[in-house]
Amino acid sequence: MVDLSLRLGVVAAGPQPILPLAASHLTYATASGTWVGPVDLTIGQTGATVVLGPNGAGKSILLRLLHGLLEPTTGSVSWNGRPLDRDTRRRQAMVFQDPVVLRRSVAANLRYALRIHGFRGAALRDQVDEWLCRAGLTQLARRPATVLSGGEKQRLAVARALCGRPEVLFLDEPGANLDGASIIAIEDLLRAARDGGTKLILVTHDLNQARRIADDVVFMVAGKAKERAPASQFFDAPATDEARAFIDGRIVL
Amino acid sequence: MQDFGDAFGLAFGLILGGDPDLAEIVGLSLRVTLIAVALSCAIGFPLGAATAIMRFPGRQGVVVAMNALMGLPPVVVGLLVYMLLSNAGPLGVLQLLYTPTAMIIAQCVLVTPIVAALTRQTVEDLAGEYDEQLRSLGVGVSGQAATLLWDARFSLLTTALAGFGRAIAEVGAVITVGGNIDHVTRVMTTAIAVETSKGNLGLALALGIILILLAMAVNGLAMTLRSQWMGRVYG
Amino acid sequence: MRNGFGATLVALAVFAAVVSAEALAADRFIIVQSTTSTQNSGLFDHILPRFQTATGIEVRVVAVGTGQALKNARNGDGDVVLVHARAAEEAFVAEGWGVERHDVMFNDFVLVGPPTDPAGVRGITDAVAAMTRIAHAKAVFLSRGDESGTHLKERALWEQAGADIDAASGTWYRETGAGMGATLNTATGMGAYTLTDRGTWISFNNKGGQIVLVEGDERLFNPYGIMLVNPAKHTRVRAVDGQMFIDWLVGPIGQAAIGDYRVNGQQLFFPSHIPTRPGS
Repeated sequence: MVDLSLRLGVVAAGPQPILPLAASHLTYATASGTWVGPVDLTIGQTGATVVLGPNGAGKSILLRLLHGLLEPTTGSVSWNGRPLDRDTRRRQAMVFQDPVVLRRSVAANLRYALRIHGFRGAALRDQVDEWLCRAGLTQLARRPATVLSGGEKQRLAVARALCGRPEVLFLDEPGANLDGASIIAIEDLLRAARDGGTKLILVTHDLNQARRIADDVVFMVAGKAKERAPASQFFDAPATDEARAFIDGRIVL
Repeated sequence: MQDFGDAFGLAFGLILGGDPDLAEIVGLSLRVTLIAVALSCAIGFPLGAATAIMRFPGRQGVVVAMNALMGLPPVVVGLLVYMLLSNAGPLGVLQLLYTPTAMIIAQCVLVTPIVAALTRQTVEDLAGEYDEQLRSLGVGVSGQAATLLWDARFSLLTTALAGFGRAIAEVGAVITVGGNIDHVTRVMTTAIAVETSKGNLGLALALGIILILLAMAVNGLAMTLRSQWMGRVYG
Repeated sequence: MRNGFGATLVALAVFAAVVSAEALAADRFIIVQSTTSTQNSGLFDHILPRFQTATGIEVRVVAVGTGQALKNARNGDGDVVLVHARAAEEAFVAEGWGVERHDVMFNDFVLVGPPTDPAGVRGITDAVAAMTRIAHAKAVFLSRGDESGTHLKERALWEQAGADIDAASGTWYRETGAGMGATLNTATGMGAYTLTDRGTWISFNNKGGQIVLVEGDERLFNPYGIMLVNPAKHTRVRAVDGQMFIDWLVGPIGQAAIGDYRVNGQQLFFPSHIPTRPGS
């Protein structure tokens, strides 16, 4: 279904890497209360960081703060010491829990993203074909993206995010509401991207997904990062009570 | 009911007989209104999209004003444009009064708020869905507007048709700035007005029937093109 | 934004083409501000082609109410004015907006109404006496109420009859604020009395059984005047061609053309400058 025989590779973009990503004393508050923070966090170069925690922990908001879709109430986010700018924006991408597809064909969705990253003409067409192939969507190329199943849409969203060769890919609960086969297909894509050099920062409340993908874990409860550890260490020997409760499947408040 | 029957008969007689005066009037009506609607869309689509996406102080006031201006009375628009284009007015030097161009301008003023207000609503609905994804892709405001407008294109076609309907049916604006001059600025609606004032009610009604048929033809054609377009895009 | 800009450019290009097409197509023409009653009678369709053939000048008639015609002319939005409201015309010239007033043609006003004639005015030749009867009988009377020549004549007659129509407005005396045709349509619909110029009446096609009840009074005389808009006040007035039209219209050819216009065998307008048998 998903063809990973073609190697994924990160395009060498700017002269300077954009990682590590650092959050400094980050909070996010609205009239209803403080949703996140304060959070101090540094995310480095390798592998997949999973932000794990129960529902309502503020994971999705943290993700959006890091990606620059939300303005923090206090604190700052920096990319290798620099604030978010146009260049840094273009070198990261995000996939949302409900995939957003444009009201065009599947191929046109990919073309849209590729154009933004400067592809034109024959190179553009080749890239479209390549990514359709990798996402297993070649048969659906001319279909309107809106009539795809949930799993197909999410595969499209992931392909669209990856086709610009981002150095960092944020994912907000990418497997939620999807069937098992789609989840596997998407995780295969993500693993290939990670192996090709893309940093994954993935939010999930699904413990099993975290086990499958994570290289290191940020565990969040009630808006704060309670624990930070490499994956094996976190799952085998969690340091905090809340983490232990979460892994055991008990409700964490 | 006798009169209605006569009027229908008269209408079809005029159409089938290829009356040259009728052809002239229909041609001018279409020319004025289609150009006016095209201009209104060229202004109204980006204006509506920008208002939908951007946040700025006074935005709520702009939205209210746009919606309210949809109800601009045509005769008032006619008076305002007349005052602008009159020899006693600021743009008199352009000598546009009593020409089809003046009629196009007046109808454009009338239709642009409709297009802008409906576009704003359509784009706003879609923007809620697309906002985060487009910002994540790094698309700027004008790029977002273009993407939203293109993705909303089928709804926007209906918006354009709403503008067309408003313009083809109005008489107050075109009669004041056009002068209803025979063979120069007489269109369907002003011809109906003249025949009514002459007491030729049957002919006036016949012209009205033809106008409705014209509007139906335009809408039918637009809908056919729309479904063909959708078919082609989606294979 | 490529699609948007492209579309805007196309639209503007089309617009420019339309505007320039008009500039190119504009050969010689003048704009005459006149009244709807004169236009609707069909007189212009009869005489203007002859003028155009003779001189190559196209005459574009903007037909509105007398008041609006004079106002438009004051704004300089016309080259010639042809209306039938003598006092207003003379004021127009006195205030410097018009160069000189010339008589062109005349006809008369008639009082029309329902054949049932509730006020019993049929056959009365004294117009004021007839209006007085209508006022006493409180029979429904429609006024144009729009400061037109017809309206001003009507008010003058009411004044001579001593009737307080302002007080009666909305009861038996109703003001439409509309042109002659629209007012006649309403009169037919209501079966009401109204004052109209004979030219409009003869060519009107929705009489609905209404008939001429009073005519012939000298006070119902309806003269038409023509004036050139003063080029000293508005420099863009086409004074030369406008004067040419006036000269033609009051000259022998124009006057003959007015005189030979017929509707249903009846003469609607009588030229001022050729001795003819006056209308009854």
